[in-house]
Amino acid sequence: MNMIQAINSALDVMMERDPDVVVMGEDVGFFGGVFRATAGLQQKYGKNRVFDTPITECGIIGVAVGMGAYGLRPVPEIQFADYIYPALDQLVSEAARLRYRSAGEYIAPLTVRSPFGGGIFGGQTHSQSPEGIFTHVSGVKTVIPSTPYDAKGLLIAAIEDNDPVIFFEPKRIYNGPFDGHYDTPARSWAGHPQAQVPAGYYRVPLGAARVARAGEALTILCYGTMVHVVENTTAELAIDAEILDLRTLVPLDIDAIERSVKKTGRCLIVHEATRTSGFGAELLALVQERCFYHLEAPIERVTGFDTPYPHSLEWAYFPGPVRIGEAIKKIMRD
Amino acid sequence: MSDRPVADAGKDQPGRNLPPLRLHVPEPRFRPGDHADFSDFAIPPAGAMPRPDEAAAAESFRELAYGLVRVLDEDGQAVGPWDPKLPPETLLKMLRSMALTRAFDARMFRAQRQGKTSFYMKSTGEEAVSIGAALALARDDMCFPSYRQQGILIARDWPLIDMMNQIYSNKGDRLKGRQLPIMYSAREASFFSISGNLTTQYPQAVGWAMASAARGDSRIAATWCGEGSTAEGDFHSACTFASVYRAPVIMNIVNNQWAISSFSGFAGAEATTFAARAIGYGIAGLRVDGNDALAVYAATRWAADRARANGGPTLIEHFTYRVEGHSTSDDPIAYRSADEASHWPLGDPIARLKQHCIRLGIWDEERHAAMDKELAETVRDAARAAEKNGILGHGLHHPMETMFQDVFEEMPWHLKEQQQKMLDEWKAAGL
Repeated sequence: MNMIQAINSALDVMMERDPDVVVMGEDVGFFGGVFRATAGLQQKYGKNRVFDTPITECGIIGVAVGMGAYGLRPVPEIQFADYIYPALDQLVSEAARLRYRSAGEYIAPLTVRSPFGGGIFGGQTHSQSPEGIFTHVSGVKTVIPSTPYDAKGLLIAAIEDNDPVIFFEPKRIYNGPFDGHYDTPARSWAGHPQAQVPAGYYRVPLGAARVARAGEALTILCYGTMVHVVENTTAELAIDAEILDLRTLVPLDIDAIERSVKKTGRCLIVHEATRTSGFGAELLALVQERCFYHLEAPIERVTGFDTPYPHSLEWAYFPGPVRIGEAIKKIMRD
Repeated sequence: MSDRPVADAGKDQPGRNLPPLRLHVPEPRFRPGDHADFSDFAIPPAGAMPRPDEAAAAESFRELAYGLVRVLDEDGQAVGPWDPKLPPETLLKMLRSMALTRAFDARMFRAQRQGKTSFYMKSTGEEAVSIGAALALARDDMCFPSYRQQGILIARDWPLIDMMNQIYSNKGDRLKGRQLPIMYSAREASFFSISGNLTTQYPQAVGWAMASAARGDSRIAATWCGEGSTAEGDFHSACTFASVYRAPVIMNIVNNQWAISSFSGFAGAEATTFAARAIGYGIAGLRVDGNDALAVYAATRWAADRARANGGPTLIEHFTYRVEGHSTSDDPIAYRSADEASHWPLGDPIARLKQHCIRLGIWDEERHAAMDKELAETVRDAARAAEKNGILGHGLHHPMETMFQDVFEEMPWHLKEQQQKMLDEWKAAGL
């Protein structure tokens, strides 16, 4: 399966298993979603469980919070992460805090799915990576898969979770892994080991990182599309990197990070999101606090620049092989 | 393409025979020092509004959205097609709940002034809005209130001591001292957790109602916001969703004329009524005398019947007046005429219902005075019992480590670490 099919399969499996699961969002019903993630679900489960919504993100999330209070398990879709901001009040002030402020009387077991990330010439409003906004909010979990297998298993785990989950889907790798070389033909997931996806139910637990590549020279912390760019870059440089695909940013698998950095003594953090106050800053602080005496070089970050996401200059902006390669060389020199 | 010569931009527009544009900034009629005079306020007569069938098309509500449904006339008689013809026990329960709410407000306001809690908000003058509605709904209909509908809990016989424990943030507080006073949550009373963020409860109520409908349930939802809060985007999205899915929801706008210091003109009241907003959404809209408990009851009952029959949502504007300051942190003397409340032409909701009950021969002044005395004692006794659980700042709160609970269902490592660090620091400091 490609990542879209894996996500579609996760939704199908959960709707089959749990009558409380409902899917809602702009164009998700009859049409099956602008990325096809919800294709066929309305036909199979009916309009009471899969329905199109008006174009109002604050309404979509607000209504989903109310449905959660009733006892349903909504899976709302925000068409692009760039358009999640109108729903921030409902997510930050309501969904994230409902359990806390009501001391558990009411919960918001939502899974907010949203395509995110760049590398598709999406320009300013179809490319953003706003995960740092949500990792800063207490009460929500933030999950970002990088493979079809994880996308399905993590999405099932997110839907079953009783806390609100922001589930960001890297749209650059919906149809195939991306190595960062934008000028080579696109690849499909066919033949990729992580594209072997079981048809039925399985979970990938939230809060657990995946060792995408074991190694000794340095630790690279990344997630989403960047996992593939990093894998390819380290292979090209023939560097024995240990690559951790974090998968869940909150709660974070701190043990896996600590174990790896203490082993390698070096750490690089890579994300597409802008640099200042991005999630990389939190990772850097945690590694510095916990692995200080094991570090043999300053921790480096390769991130998007502190600018809006540009259209024509996308490949200068994107943390691709050149920038990652230079950072690795610097860390290994230090 | 502008026809204005570039050279003229920013000048006094020579050669243009047009008056200068003017920005209209609304201004309330009376400011501090002014004598409030509502003698020109044409009180629409009680009983004059038609009562359409519950299945009537939303587009036919123009008259009701711009008019004012009133049942109790100046003599305390119930008149017209909206008279809900309630039995005496319901009328007296309504009167008692309103009086209890006022007594509760008085006591808790005083408790804040005595330093027993940080904050309080009264609902004086608006008791009919929440109690009339609560009594017209089924007990398991879900309410999504704002912060000024404490009357719903009181009408649903929620224990006063439980409300007070919340206000005192003490060890008996079901919300563990996490919430600002009056932000109640009472699931067993079908009363949704109150948020400080305005109007967020509106789309949530619609979503709850949609879930109920999708499940083939028979319960409906009701929500409340102030007229000031209708300006929030959530109001618009809630109305759109409610209309699109014909959600079984009652959306109440409590138009008490004031949003803290801003008069209703800043929410658009100079141009139209709030009930009239329903028309554009294709929702039934009723405008009701919010100081007339029978009108509130009748409108709510009508809307509930409509919703239960899959007739869709209703928007009800309750026209009332915020008699007191916005909160214990507010002094209305600074922005409005001091005598506005006493001159408010629609009177006091408790006095009007009392007059009606006396007129029916089911009540009298002696019984009313005795009830007021009894309710004051009830509230006093509840307050004394609640204070035994602690008052704010006197240490009888939930244990510190509970601060970290319920952020998530299970506490993740980073919260466990922060919790332990806090406890260690206090211990190391010898506290």
